[in-house]
Amino acid sequence: MIEPTLSHYLLISGALFSIGLLGVIVRRNILIIYMSLELMLNAANVALVAMSRFNGNLDGQVMVFFIITVAAAEVSVGLALIVALYRKRQTTEVGDLASMKL
Amino acid sequence: MSRNPVTSAMFLVTTMISISGLFVLLNAYFLAAVQILVYAGAVMVLFLFVIMLLDVEETARRKLRLVSLTMGFLSVAALFGVYKSSLEATYVKDVDSSQDIAAAATSVGESESLVTVGSTQALGKELFSSVNGFILPFEIVSILLLVAMIGVILLSKKETK
Repeated sequence: MIEPTLSHYLLISGALFSIGLLGVIVRRNILIIYMSLELMLNAANVALVAMSRFNGNLDGQVMVFFIITVAAAEVSVGLALIVALYRKRQTTEVGDLASMKL
Repeated sequence: MSRNPVTSAMFLVTTMISISGLFVLLNAYFLAAVQILVYAGAVMVLFLFVIMLLDVEETARRKLRLVSLTMGFLSVAALFGVYKSSLEATYVKDVDSSQDIAAAATSVGESESLVTVGSTQALGKELFSSVNGFILPFEIVSILLLVAMIGVILLSKKETK
């Protein structure tokens, strides 16, 4: 059995980040875009924890701890913004929310 | 590809739990527990709540444009290709040495408590050590959570004029 190494974990992290980025680019529903954003944050977390493990240093895990906290705050504020936006416009499609375009 | 946002949220829960499994494999037991509690628990409940509240399924039937789909897929695939090739150029030679580093870290007595023994205690010592700890960032994050809570209450309050 192959022991998973640092490059395997980094590859998984890159794949997760790519899937999240694809979701942000392709999907048009603002809630789905937000979920893809969460996936990208978690890809960064996986990379940080893997680096922390294979360097024998806990600073990466502390960083991930703070990232998770900030992400939870960010999710709550973002979803409240989406709900407020839905109350004003009755839509969650980003194509219909282009009034801030220059 | 399912177009129902609730299905997407359920698959995201599965992904979060799998990522927590990766954290267990990396000896980050505390972060694995936090990942399940915060992401698979709180965040995804919030997402599902908002999806049900907004009744998104009605509007989810719009067609994706084929051009933007292919262009997005191609650009992301190209980005991933660049990442993968740079990763191989950097780490293929270092795979053995990185294993050596991990093995050395586990064999050294001082680092053993950091890496192998259940990492909650070690993480707490790292987080709150008075020498080079993270006490000030910890307090700032607690203030951030308080501010986020007040902001959410203000944002989601009905406007009464």
